[in-house]
Amino acid sequence: MAEITLVEAVDLALAYEMQADPSVVILGEDIAKNGGVFRATQGLLDKFGPDRVRDTPLAESMIGGLAIGMAIEGLKPVAEFQFMGFLYPALDQIINHAARIRNRTRGHLSCPVVFRAPFGSGIHAPEHHSESTEALLAHIPGLRVVIPSSPVRAYGLLLASIRDPDPVIFLEPSRLYRFAKQEVEDNGKALPLDKCFTLREGKDITLVTWGAMIKETMAAAEVIVKEGIDVEIIDVATLKPLDMETILSSVEKTGRCVIIHEAPKTGGVGADISAQIAEKALLSLKAPVMRITGYDTIVPYARLEKYYIPSVPQIVDAIKKTMEFA
Amino acid sequence: MKIVAHFEIPYYQILNEAQELVADLPSFAKDPAHLIRLYRLMVLNRLFDAKAIALQRTGKLGTYPSTLGQEAAFVGMGDALSKNDVIVPYYRDVGILIQRGVKLSEILLYWGGDERGNAFANKENFPYSVPVGSQPLHAAGVATAFKIRKEKRAVLTVCGDGGTSEGDFYEAMNVAGVWKLPVVFAVCNNQWAISVPRSEQTAAQTLAQKAIAAGFSGEQVDGNDVIAVRDRVTLALEKAREKSEPTLIEIICYRQNDHTTADDAKRYEKAKVREQEWEKEPIARLRRYLESIKAWSEKEEKELQVTSEAEIEKSVAEYLATPLAPLENMFDYLYATLPESLEEQRELLKQWGNTHG
Ligand SMILES: Cc1ncc(C[n+]2csc(CCOP(=O)(O)OP(=O)(O)O)c2C)c(N)n1
Ligand SMILES: [Mg+2]
Repeated sequence: MAEITLVEAVDLALAYEMQADPSVVILGEDIAKNGGVFRATQGLLDKFGPDRVRDTPLAESMIGGLAIGMAIEGLKPVAEFQFMGFLYPALDQIINHAARIRNRTRGHLSCPVVFRAPFGSGIHAPEHHSESTEALLAHIPGLRVVIPSSPVRAYGLLLASIRDPDPVIFLEPSRLYRFAKQEVEDNGKALPLDKCFTLREGKDITLVTWGAMIKETMAAAEVIVKEGIDVEIIDVATLKPLDMETILSSVEKTGRCVIIHEAPKTGGVGADISAQIAEKALLSLKAPVMRITGYDTIVPYARLEKYYIPSVPQIVDAIKKTMEFA
Repeated sequence: MKIVAHFEIPYYQILNEAQELVADLPSFAKDPAHLIRLYRLMVLNRLFDAKAIALQRTGKLGTYPSTLGQEAAFVGMGDALSKNDVIVPYYRDVGILIQRGVKLSEILLYWGGDERGNAFANKENFPYSVPVGSQPLHAAGVATAFKIRKEKRAVLTVCGDGGTSEGDFYEAMNVAGVWKLPVVFAVCNNQWAISVPRSEQTAAQTLAQKAIAAGFSGEQVDGNDVIAVRDRVTLALEKAREKSEPTLIEIICYRQNDHTTADDAKRYEKAKVREQEWEKEPIARLRRYLESIKAWSEKEEKELQVTSEAEIEKSVAEYLATPLAPLENMFDYLYATLPESLEEQRELLKQWGNTHG
């Protein structure tokens, strides 16, 4: 079994599903001949031909609307937005159409589309290539928002997203695209959507995170475990709909929780998780739930961007404060 | 049946690739000093470009979009603008910006990843626009402001061939036509939008004809002919100022480099085509013309290389010596005054700023 990166896992899952299901069609800017600007669709044009692997004109509202029409008509389009910062022209299509079509037609029509986009900061890219606005999409009823944080989960969750009968926003943390390799078995097995993944079991404190912040959270956990604190780490993976059951049962066990995300704090998905813990597990809590997040600012350009991302010491500090709270 | 509409798209060229004058010289071009000024700017643009790429390759600059082969398009546009006009650029417009008071070191600062590179002192310069095709609408808005205030001013906006596929681009053209706005839409058609060739962007024969559907005139100009670019853009800006009429100018050129330093055009472009297009490149063309009218010599060329290199080195030194901005600047320009609710986060940033390895 080969060790591959997260971006290669995306490519592998696309190839698997295109082979298995002739209704899967991929489209986007620079995805065919160029194999995508991150090479997430490398080799697919050669394997599956220009009918099913389509470079589009440069227009995101068009990509959104086109994919919706294709999906309603029975195809399974996987459309790429080159960066999350460039999917906004398609928000009208996604929010007003993709998310609502099943409901509006009382289930007669549905929209099994996947919208992929790289997102997040830390890759020294130019302006508009670094934001984490997943909460914007997680707010919308009718959408699924899925974020993988390892090659294995990228493979399994992308397969699940393509097979899902409803629209899925699949956000790929670009900072992790080539961060670590992992053995991924190309067996076509999907991982469950709408489920958190418990990456480490522990009894003292629950760390809840997703996407690229897995990296700093794992590093902080390594520090803190050495100090004798037994952490549990949860990768939320599907932000909408949210698997609160896993999070709540963990918090009921540990009584302490720190939520870590890269997106701005205000209106972030962390706020929702924290509110639900307060609503449903208040009496289990031994300390207030803390959120370590990006600031409520625009992500700085490359020179300062690393100062935007929550740091390992900052997470360690939050864990300690939560542990010491009496 | 009867035909209810006709249209024609003119193509303008003055100095062709064989350095022949194929049309009358406009009056500005009869002054060799003016042409020499344009030539100097193009050379500066090209040398700067090479330097920026070298900086990126050695880890001293972020992603950078080359302008190699497109110097005449930008330098010609920049020279056509009056001081009072507004420019709404995209991201490849070095040759315009250097004529609008933007320093080379500021351009490096922007691509080096520093917001201060976008803080143009000249407020008639809009900042860069990375979201492709979004900015022509801003230009239409600027033109609307001129119109409401009855000012005889014009606005020039630039995007690429790929940008013309975005809905916003059509919407900008449409409103400019209906409201008769004093705006010039320039499309730098360098034949590529990253890996997607112009032929896959639209089935229309020209990009210029998109103006026809919006109810105003569109034209093509040889983008390797700085005289023609300067002339056509000047006339369009005058038409905007005097008659409040929009124009679309498709500037035909060729991208002689990767899309940006993050791209590898070998994956999708035939080397041969690029070589053929290089035969038309704008700098050698003007140089030979200047030499033929005895306005330029080898000695002047050497001096120009030396002075341009020196200017560029100075700007690089300035750029590299620019210290990081204070971290708190992240908060300081979000609103006119920082909302109280953000003060706590601003303090947090100060506290944790030095823990980022
Ligand atoms: C809305 C949007 N979509 C996608 C991108 C990514 N992108 C940056 S430049 C580019 C191609 C632009 O081509 P063109 O308009 O021809 O301009 P050129 O760069 O060739 O001068 C793309 C797809 C973007 N910046 N903005
Ligand atoms: Mg182009």
